[in-house]
Amino acid sequence: MAQVSFDAVTKRFGETTAVDGLTLKVADGELLVLLGSSGCGKTTALRLVAGLEEVTEGTVSIGDRVVNDVDPKDRDVAMVFQSYALYPHLTVGKNIEFPLRQRGVDKEERSTKVAKAAETLGLTELLGRKPAQLSGGQRQRVAVARAIVREPTVFLMDEPLSNLDAALRVQTRADIVELQARLRTTTLYVTHDQVEAMTMGHRIAVMSDGKLQQVAAPEDLYARPANAFVAHFLGSPGMNLVEGMLVESGSPGTLCVAFPGASVPLPPEVADAVRGSGPDVVLGFRPEALHLSPDGSIAATVVIVELLGAETHVICHTETGARIIVRQLASATKPSLGEGVRIAVDPDPCAYHLFDSGTGDRLGPSA
Amino acid sequence: MSSSASSGVTPTEQAASPPPGAAPSEGHARTLRARRRREWSLAYLLLVPALLLFGVFSFYPFFRNFKLMLYETPPVPGVPAHYVGLHQIIPTVTSTQFTQSLVTTIVFVILVVPFSLLAGLALAVAAHRKLKGMAVYRMIFSSTVVSSVAVASVVFGTLLNPVVGLLPWLGISPSPPALESTTWALPSVAVITIWQFLGLSFIIMSAGLQSVPDELLEAARIDGAGAWTRFWRMTVPLLSPTIFFGVVVSTIYAFQAFGAVDILIGPQNTVRLHTNVLIYNIVNTLQISNNAGAAAIMATVLFLILLGLTILQLRFLERRVSYARG
Repeated sequence: MAQVSFDAVTKRFGETTAVDGLTLKVADGELLVLLGSSGCGKTTALRLVAGLEEVTEGTVSIGDRVVNDVDPKDRDVAMVFQSYALYPHLTVGKNIEFPLRQRGVDKEERSTKVAKAAETLGLTELLGRKPAQLSGGQRQRVAVARAIVREPTVFLMDEPLSNLDAALRVQTRADIVELQARLRTTTLYVTHDQVEAMTMGHRIAVMSDGKLQQVAAPEDLYARPANAFVAHFLGSPGMNLVEGMLVESGSPGTLCVAFPGASVPLPPEVADAVRGSGPDVVLGFRPEALHLSPDGSIAATVVIVELLGAETHVICHTETGARIIVRQLASATKPSLGEGVRIAVDPDPCAYHLFDSGTGDRLGPSA
Repeated sequence: MSSSASSGVTPTEQAASPPPGAAPSEGHARTLRARRRREWSLAYLLLVPALLLFGVFSFYPFFRNFKLMLYETPPVPGVPAHYVGLHQIIPTVTSTQFTQSLVTTIVFVILVVPFSLLAGLALAVAAHRKLKGMAVYRMIFSSTVVSSVAVASVVFGTLLNPVVGLLPWLGISPSPPALESTTWALPSVAVITIWQFLGLSFIIMSAGLQSVPDELLEAARIDGAGAWTRFWRMTVPLLSPTIFFGVVVSTIYAFQAFGAVDILIGPQNTVRLHTNVLIYNIVNTLQISNNAGAAAIMATVLFLILLGLTILQLRFLERRVSYARG
C-alpha cells in the first residue's frame, strides 16, 4: 500500500504539453478518478505513473520512492487498459498467470493465486479459453484479474468500462468499487464519463488542457466548483453560466447581478462573500435550482423543450442569446416553443455560484 | 484486372434486382433481364485484354507443357518427337541428374529461407521505432526489392572476384575462389538470393510488427517482462502468421532461383559445382540436351511442389485470420 504523488509534473511531446505542472496526491487506499474530456492529459498522467512515458519535469513518487527513472516492471503497479490488452495467444489462465510468472513466483503459488483471482471475478469456468472466445464483459474481468493477481501497491485503470454496453457498465462499475473497497489498493482511475467519476471516486481530479482544475470529493465538486470550467463540465446538463455585472441596487446593501433582461438579487450570505469583486462576473446556476415562475427575475424565450421521462429540460434564451436550461419535473406545466417566460432562482444561497469573468475562478468561499 | 471487372458488375446487378416480396410486372422483368445481359457483356468485354494476355503467356504454355510431357525427343537433331505417353516420367524423375538437382534446390532453400527471414525480422525490429530519419532506413532496407537479379549478380560477382573483389581486400583469398569452389559456390549464390529477398522480407515483417498492438507490449512491460521476454513471448507468437507467410513466400522464391546461377556460374559448371538448381536444370535440359519432354516433366514436378506450398499457405492463413484479430 502506498500513496502516489505528482509533484509539479510536466510532460511534453515535442511542442505539445500534455500534462502541465500537475501536483496531486492520491492517498493510500484511495480511489481517485482523473476526469476530463479526451486530450486533456489524464491518460498521459496515468501512463507517467505506469512508467510508459517519461516525465519531462517534476517528480512522480509511489510511496516514498521517486519513480521517474524506475522501469515499469519495478514500480509494482498494475494497469487495466481501455482495450484490455489481453494476450491473444494465451488462455485466460495463462493471461492471469503471466505477471506472476515474470516475477518468478513458483508454480504452486501461481496456481493458487490464479485460482483465487479467477474466483473473485467469476472466471473459473473460462480459464482454458482464449480471449477471442470471450464476451466484452468477460475480457474486461480477465484484465482486472490479471491486475489484482499479484497484489500490486497501485492500480491504474484507463477507461476500463468504455467498451462495455450501458447495462454492463453500471454493473461492472459497482463491482470495481466493491473490489477496490475490499482490497484497499490505491487506485488511479481515468475516465471521461462524469457519471462514472461521481459514482466511483472517493475524490475526483478534473483536468483540462493538461492542467488540474480542481480535486475534491464528488459532492463538493458538484456543490462548489472551483471555476467556471468545472461548473460547466460537471452535471448533465452542466451549470448555466451567464455573464453580468455586480451592482448595488434596491435597498442599501443588496447586491444584484444585472444583465440585459434581468437583475438577479443575491442572498445576503452570497452578497457578503463576493462584495468588492467584479464588477464583471459570471453567474452560475444548476438547472435544478431554477424554475419557471411569473415573478422570476430573468426574462427569457423558450427555444427547445426536451422530454426525458422523469424530467423535462426547458432550454431558453435570454435577451442577449445566453442559453439557460431549466430542469423541471415531468409533472410541471410545459411551456410552448417561442413562449416568453420568467425564470426564478431558488432562494437557497447554495444555488448561486459566482465566478470572475476574467480568470473564471470562483468568487467567495470555494470547496 | 479480372476481379475488378467482375466485382464492378455484381453490386450494380444486385441493386437492380427488385426488393424481396415485390412482384415485378412482365415488362419490368424483361427490361431487367435486358439490362443484366448488357452488363454481363460489358464485363466480358472488359475482361478480354486480361484474358488475352494470360492466355498467350500463361494458360497456353501451361497446358502445352502437359502435352510435351507425353512426347520423347530423340537426342539426334532433326528427328521428330514421338508419342510415348506416360512412359518417360519414371525414368526422368528417378534420374541422377534430376534427384541431384532436387537435393541441390532443397539445400539452397534451407540456406535462403531462414537467413532471409531472420535478417528481415532483425531489420524490421530495428526500424520499428519512432525516430527521426527512420523513413530513410526503411527505404534503404526495402530497396533490394527493386534491384534486378542481373545487377545484383554482377555486383556480388565483383565483390567475390578473387583479384579485384572485397574478399581479397579483406585479406580473405579462398582457393579455389568462392564461385569456383564445390563447397562455396551454392552458399555464394544463396547470399545473393538472401540479399535480394531481404527487402521483401523486411516489408513483410514490418507490416506484421505494425499489426502487433503497442498496448500488448506495454501491458507485458508493466507485468514484468523484459525486452527479451517481450520479443519471444509476445512479438514472435503474435507474428507467427506473418512468419509463416514469409516462410512460404521465400520458399517459393528460392525454388525459382535461376538468374544468379546463370550469370555467376554458367551452364558448363553448374553440375560440377553443385549449383544445378531445378529451374536451371530444366532450362539446360531443354536448351542444351534439347529434351523438351524431360524438361516438361521436371517443370511439372516443380509446379506441383509450389502448388502444394501455396495451398498450405492459403489453408493456414485462413485458419489464422480470426486468431490474429483475437
